[in-house]
Amino acid sequence: MFPPREEFLRVLPILIFCGGGTLLMLLQPFLRSRTAFSLLALAGSLTAVVSVGCSAAHPGAAFYGLIGSDPASVFFEFLVGAVAFLVILGSASYLERESLAPAEFYALIFFAAAGMCVLASAREMLTAFIGLEMSSISSYILAGYRRESPKAAESALKYFLLGSFATAFFLYGIALLYGSTGTTVIAQMTPLAPGLLPKLGLALLLIGLSFKVAAAPFQLWTPDVYEGAPTPVTALFSAGPKAATFALLLRIFVEMPLAAGEWTRIFWILAVITMFAGNLGALLQTNVKRILAYSSIAHAGYILVAFAASNEIGVAAVLFYLLAYAAAKLGAFSVVAHLGGAGEKRIELDDFAGLAQRQPIAAAAFSLFLLSLLGIPVTAGFFGKFYIFKAALASHLIGLAVLLGVNSVIAAYYYLRLIIVMYMREPKEETAALPFPGAVTTVLALCALATVYFGLFPNHIIAFASNPRLFGH
Amino acid sequence: MPAGHLLSVLIFFPALGALALLILRGDDHVWIRRVALAVSLVEFALSLLLVPAVPVGSSAYHLEELRAWIASPPIHYHLGVDGISLFLVILTTFLTPISILASWKSIQHRVKEFFFMLLLLEVGVVGVFLSLDLFLFFLFWEVMLLPMYFLIGIWGHERRIYAAVKFVLYTMAGSILMLVAIVWLYTITGTFDLPTIQTMLQAGYVSLSPRAELLLFSAFFLAFAIKVPLFPLHTWLPDAHVEAPTAGSVILAGVLLKMGTYGMLRFCLPLFPAASRRAAPLVATLAIIGIIYGALVALVQPNLKKLVAYSSVSHLGFVVLGIFAFNNISLQGAVYQMLNHGISTGALFLLVGMLYDRRHTFEISDFGGLSTPMPRLAAFFLFVALSSLGLPMLNGFVGEYLILLGTSQASVKWAAWAALGVILSAGYLLWSYQRVFYGPVTHAKNKELPDLSAREQWILVTMAFVVLWMGIGSLDFTSRFAASCQNVLTQMERPQAQEAAAPKPAATVVDAVPAAASSTAPAAVVAPAIYHDTVIPGGVPANSAGTKSRNLSSAPTSSPARRNTPASPATPTSSERLGNR
Repeated sequence: MFPPREEFLRVLPILIFCGGGTLLMLLQPFLRSRTAFSLLALAGSLTAVVSVGCSAAHPGAAFYGLIGSDPASVFFEFLVGAVAFLVILGSASYLERESLAPAEFYALIFFAAAGMCVLASAREMLTAFIGLEMSSISSYILAGYRRESPKAAESALKYFLLGSFATAFFLYGIALLYGSTGTTVIAQMTPLAPGLLPKLGLALLLIGLSFKVAAAPFQLWTPDVYEGAPTPVTALFSAGPKAATFALLLRIFVEMPLAAGEWTRIFWILAVITMFAGNLGALLQTNVKRILAYSSIAHAGYILVAFAASNEIGVAAVLFYLLAYAAAKLGAFSVVAHLGGAGEKRIELDDFAGLAQRQPIAAAAFSLFLLSLLGIPVTAGFFGKFYIFKAALASHLIGLAVLLGVNSVIAAYYYLRLIIVMYMREPKEETAALPFPGAVTTVLALCALATVYFGLFPNHIIAFASNPRLFGH
Repeated sequence: MPAGHLLSVLIFFPALGALALLILRGDDHVWIRRVALAVSLVEFALSLLLVPAVPVGSSAYHLEELRAWIASPPIHYHLGVDGISLFLVILTTFLTPISILASWKSIQHRVKEFFFMLLLLEVGVVGVFLSLDLFLFFLFWEVMLLPMYFLIGIWGHERRIYAAVKFVLYTMAGSILMLVAIVWLYTITGTFDLPTIQTMLQAGYVSLSPRAELLLFSAFFLAFAIKVPLFPLHTWLPDAHVEAPTAGSVILAGVLLKMGTYGMLRFCLPLFPAASRRAAPLVATLAIIGIIYGALVALVQPNLKKLVAYSSVSHLGFVVLGIFAFNNISLQGAVYQMLNHGISTGALFLLVGMLYDRRHTFEISDFGGLSTPMPRLAAFFLFVALSSLGLPMLNGFVGEYLILLGTSQASVKWAAWAALGVILSAGYLLWSYQRVFYGPVTHAKNKELPDLSAREQWILVTMAFVVLWMGIGSLDFTSRFAASCQNVLTQMERPQAQEAAAPKPAATVVDAVPAAASSTAPAAVVAPAIYHDTVIPGGVPANSAGTKSRNLSSAPTSSPARRNTPASPATPTSSERLGNR
């Protein structure tokens, strides 16, 4: 029996990403022009973003309840699609500069995005696993896409080995859960018999996903992978998979009857060590990419605070935060990708000295993204953090809220250090300004616009994310 | 509200001006300076429009603007001005053109950004003083950090980056805790609106457990105490001041520090009265330590700018002491001292900056005998130093006197210790003055120094005029904020306290002043001309007939508004309790 038409509409973004990726691969031998591939990829990802509207218009389950469309999946599909679009827009000039082949690169981004969308909309654990694998395997290749660079090879290998471990944990967790509940559908997982087995399964699941979101103590791969990967890919890693994995984590802890209660303490501990691991690690770095990598870890910790709160505000906070975070991180990495210059040789702190004099607009944009990551008002990051605070306090987690505050202050040190370098230090040697190409400027403008707009008017997103039927059926 | 949008205009006009600066060419320094000055002068003129809007004797908020901004959680764009914030706003708008003028020549590097930041800073500070929504308040509080950070970090002296980072980290450490407290308060009350929370707490719709109240108080207080700065949280201040450019120091000392004491007055006392009372002995002790410690360190400073910075620690100690003495006179003194400090210390920093422009040093030992080459600068310096040390007829005296007077009603011991600071301030200011300006000229360079230019002279004449006006015409000022100070005390009353103190219907009238005011009676006889006896014209007068005023029934009525007899005589117990605290 063939599924009815609207079931395909419900997963249209995924289909477009898969189809687009395949098409790019097929066209690779025939098209020679970089521009053509870039335009194709842009058009494809834009269509995918637009098609999210279609899946939003047809809510419901698809393909025997394995996957489906609900407000949460729509939100995350949109986020992933937008991230993919912006990464593609920003990487055309990068690929040309580093003389990397465009077709496979874009195709891999499409497949990764498809995987993330599956992850965000799966309602069944094995489907989620397939999504996780799709996004991970594409990511491993993308991490090592600069084949000549030893750092990229290290990055890819590390990501692959540790990532495989993580997926193994995840799969084992699913097996244990299936054994103890008799189903793999998330919303139906109730333990058949009391005992340790389902908890163990869920714990393994959590470990696997913690790897993917770079939560301590499973975060060790992050700085190396982020540093070695081509910077546009790093931008994708920090915004896309993290959002999708958190989406799955949210779905599990909101929908799965098994996951109710008693996990607050686990999240509490995870959040605290992740925040400290990220922020303290970042203090010692001198490489801008590594600083941003450690800051990603810290941000995973902030988001876990909302998980520890485990209330409705927390869910809304996670959604808003991921959006704000994606805009800021994409923008920041796009600046680094461009200013790094050929071979990404200029990504040390010292290389940014005097940037405000050379390229005031780039410095101002980069500062804006950093301030959003830091959570200064009038940026989206501030509201993200504010809603997390609100969630934590609504669940009376005052200690955790205070620790989050302490971490924000620690984080202020390294974000401000970057700003200091740009604005208050003179460059060691004369460096020429690197004017931004139009596409990258557009990316920066869009990210900055989102950062400021949601920093002033968070209403719509919060209203959307506070929908009680966020994870509907 | 029919009042229009004056407050919004006040907040955002400098932002518009700052944007206008961005359009100008970066190397067109003359026009950048002119535009910045014009914007700040217009802003000052606009702020003067507030004065008629806040009538004498009214404690309510005026020119309120209330608009929904964020739906969930309900955050409002709520502005309002009362007697306390009125003058702080005017102080800000007054000091901004002054600091722009002061940086006319001394800033030659990245001029456009400098004035941009200065105007942006004004946006933040004015916003802080006018916000009536806790969230909005916090927002401006944080926004203001960045321009100051850049001002210190880009245009400061040698160790500027260290000082800038220290300044931001200290402030953020405090403010993030305040954010936690604000959100927590929201989870309890369901709103961020200050007047609403105030009403809810005061009417007893919502009550905080003593522990919660103490924690909330501590979080707010810590944020403000860092800003003030209260001993032992003051260590960022000397660094920030010494490294900041003159304009930065003027604004920092003149206005930014006041945000801390303003916060205590606006939030700590009215929202958490029980906790404030519990903490008062500790806070007062720290304030007194700050007064004496700041003065002693100032006494031994070889660096003139650091000396002025430490004198700030000492002076702000007075303000905190006045606030935590919880009576009308001391509160009026505290507000007055905030304004004084802004003017006097601001002027001192200007003078020190002028010396620096000429000699590029702050070391006292590099100066000596400067009154010979620069008689005018020396004269202005002496005038300002005298105002800062509290010479009668000049502004500093009024504030310190009122604080000591009010504090002595709370605790004579506190007042006695604090008075030490007055003596010490005479010591460090006059001694440093002597070393800088008197004696023979010891360095050859100093012989050639030019005296004040016309621009500098006009800056100083303006400052000196304000110093003198505030010293003589203090009633012009106190009359406008006395009622608001009284209102703070009224807001500190809680249902159970009110039932004990004044179970009469008058206690429920919003503007009515319950028994707390009776403690002001004795002082009215001593110094009727300096501070304003709290009254609402045509309303209920402050001076209810408690035991104390009965003792003084022969005293002449010192204010015409006292003609109305009180509606609710307080019971002796309450006035005793309040008077002896």
